[in-house]
Amino acid sequence: MSEKYYFYPRWIRVWHTLNAILCLMLIVSGISLQYSDTDAPVINFQAAIGIHNFAGVALTFNYMIFFVGNLLTENGRNYLMRRKGLRDRLWKQLRYYAYGFFRGEKAPFPVGKERKFNPLQQISYVIVMYAAIPLLFLTGWALLFPEFILKKFLGFSGIFLSAQLHIAMGFLVSVFLVIHLYVSTMGRTPLSNFRSMIDGWQEAH
Amino acid sequence: MKLKTGPGYLILLLLVPLLFLYAFNLPVVQEADDPQELIVKGTENNPFSEENETCLRCHGEQKYELTDPVTGMVVRRPMSGSYYIDRDVFYQSVHWSFACLDCHLADYGEYPHALSLRFEPPYNCLDCHGYDETYARYKFEDIETEHLKSAHYTQTNGEFSCWNCHNPHSYQVLAREGKDIFEVVRNSNNMCLVCHGDPFKFGLVSDIEPTEIISTHNWLPNQRLHFKAVRCIDCHTEINDSLLVSHNMRPAEEAVKGCVSCHSSNSILMGTLYKYEAKESRREYGFVNSAIIRNNSYVIGANRSKLMNYGSLLIFGLTLGAVLVHTFFRIRFSKKHHNE
Repeated sequence: MSEKYYFYPRWIRVWHTLNAILCLMLIVSGISLQYSDTDAPVINFQAAIGIHNFAGVALTFNYMIFFVGNLLTENGRNYLMRRKGLRDRLWKQLRYYAYGFFRGEKAPFPVGKERKFNPLQQISYVIVMYAAIPLLFLTGWALLFPEFILKKFLGFSGIFLSAQLHIAMGFLVSVFLVIHLYVSTMGRTPLSNFRSMIDGWQEAH
Repeated sequence: MKLKTGPGYLILLLLVPLLFLYAFNLPVVQEADDPQELIVKGTENNPFSEENETCLRCHGEQKYELTDPVTGMVVRRPMSGSYYIDRDVFYQSVHWSFACLDCHLADYGEYPHALSLRFEPPYNCLDCHGYDETYARYKFEDIETEHLKSAHYTQTNGEFSCWNCHNPHSYQVLAREGKDIFEVVRNSNNMCLVCHGDPFKFGLVSDIEPTEIISTHNWLPNQRLHFKAVRCIDCHTEINDSLLVSHNMRPAEEAVKGCVSCHSSNSILMGTLYKYEAKESRREYGFVNSAIIRNNSYVIGANRSKLMNYGSLLIFGLTLGAVLVHTFFRIRFSKKHHNE
């Protein structure tokens, strides 16, 4: 029996579940809006607008739980990276995923009491949660109230630039979701990491 | 002491520049008019401007004086809005170079005007512009045909003429000159709102109960933005491929109401509002319906970047491919380790 760590208290599990549901709603409705078509609509345009607006606003409030929770609890510590040697650590972890994992090597940064995320997880979570998602919120809220957007910026419509940034960040989060889901199957067993998001206990691997 | 990088750096790095996009929403400097416009309009360039003053000394003022020829009594009366001509507007309009008596009977030169003049039918557009090679590109004859089919004509017992929308004393061509699209929209919609935004003026041309514009368009999300960016006629006319601006107004129940009609790659806006731009412009920005983007506008669903489309497909494909390859090797090596 491997060692278990209580990494995911109830507030993180509630936040994460809501985050997953709302992100899926946003991705599906967002794709439907971006590729709206008279002949083959994924979701009716007006319904997609409603879903996207609701889920976007709800996700912003849900993000507050994550942001404030990380400020007030120890969980925030997991998102702080040591700059020194970062490149080496990232390379070690990447090599493990691409090679060492298949050779049965030991993980270079195993889950432990003091380490919840490996360096690759850490940097990707920081980029997504502290850069891509806030950019999505900023551009999304701006597009919800377009009268506040600058009419022209660098020769382009402010709305156009906001939309392009919003779409690019949305795409980045969609790609992250695929990788995140796959990497989650690389726990002790393919389902053990998913189980940890239900009971809060993560098995060491 | 360990040096740690917090996520705060990323937030500062990425979000602060964006504040310039939203928080400091400074007014935009108005761009100069089309430099290709060589004709210089204005009072000083109209050879009949002095002659026109005979009319404008009354019709160009908000109040006029009326003298009783018997008693000599003089009274000041307000000039009716429909007989008032704003000099500044007239000398910038399409008919800026005209003398008043080019279109109005010479008898108007006498004052007080004879009652019989009231019964003279005014010119309509085709009287001057119809069946003339000089104006062939404007297709006035086709416009007339469209107008006769439109709700404006059929629902007003034929009383609705070109003048109801296109005031000959103030009309300016905008759509055909590639002017700023927002200015084109504003001018076009103002034309509609003269009657549709004023129940009294609406009643002057129609017996139908006027409708309230804002509440009947409540279904439209971001209504204000739509009204600023799209002309009424883009949804309320039947598209005509040969005319730059369709004139066949359809009854309200036949108006475009499906979002996807505009918000899709085959957006009808390319055959209406952006028809001139789509025809004239040769530059491509790598976007579907790029004429919209060239005009500093953006329509969700209608402006997909071709580059971003292919790029995202490639990245997504590579990601899924990597996941599949990794899964394949995981299964293969897991069996190998198991057998060992």
